[in-house]
Amino acid sequence: MDQRRRELLRIMELEFAAIELNLFLDTHPDEPRALADYNAVAQELMRAKTAYESRYGPILNYGQSMSQETWRWVEDPWPWEITFNR
Amino acid sequence: MWIYEKKLEYPIRVSYTNPRLAKEIITQYGGPDGELAASLRYLTQRYTMPTPQAKAVLTDIGTEELAHMEIVAALVYNLIKNATVEEIKAAGLDDYYADHDKALYFVNAAGAPWVASYIQSKGDPVTDLHEDMAAEQKARSTYEYLIRLSDDPDVTDALRFLREREIVHFQRFGETLNLVHEWMDSKKVF
Ligand SMILES: [Fe+2]
Repeated sequence: MDQRRRELLRIMELEFAAIELNLFLDTHPDEPRALADYNAVAQELMRAKTAYESRYGPILNYGQSMSQETWRWVEDPWPWEITFNR
Repeated sequence: MWIYEKKLEYPIRVSYTNPRLAKEIITQYGGPDGELAASLRYLTQRYTMPTPQAKAVLTDIGTEELAHMEIVAALVYNLIKNATVEEIKAAGLDDYYADHDKALYFVNAAGAPWVASYIQSKGDPVTDLHEDMAAEQKARSTYEYLIRLSDDPDVTDALRFLREREIVHFQRFGETLNLVHEWMDSKKVF
């Protein structure tokens, strides 16, 4: 697996943890441990995304990420073009 | 407002070109218990949810279902992108090909187009949340049938992930239903 896919996989892992904790907190808003985990994951996810974006361009559109030098949002590959074949 | 993220929720792998499997899996794109139906159902029911938590759950699960729709589309896309017309004919995907080439379209496994009557939005939160719990079970069953039909272990891996999500969503909708019942009880004046 190349470096880009490894980084993308790490973002997917962190964001999946965030999704799970988010849905859990929706029905358990008074669980301090889940909240602390959510905030820790969110911080690490932000860091991982910023590092990825500095190499491969924005991962988010509409002002949620910056694009250095050129408008890299339009670059291939798009998500359905990235498979994780062994 | 929605923001697009240029990544899938789950990494996908496809072992080889397999239009037959694509023809079956596409039902989770545009079929009765598929991800489009799931997403639109929750995102339209949320407006009449009575509690802030219920609004959050329907918004968040409705949004995750959009990500699942994208995973299913990516699987179908990669299963047919290199298929020859002969392979498409042999797999029985030629009827679909006649109308859509290899483009993604919202149909069930038998080719019937998506219709809004797959979903309901009733205005009664108890009714809607029961529909949502049933919808998650129907989606889980469909993924189990697809896993039985799959002859590609890499595709099966993604199908297992999607099946697992239906179980989590069912759990969260059940909790939401309980919270709505509690809210209704608290409103009763004795
Ligand atoms: Fe679901």
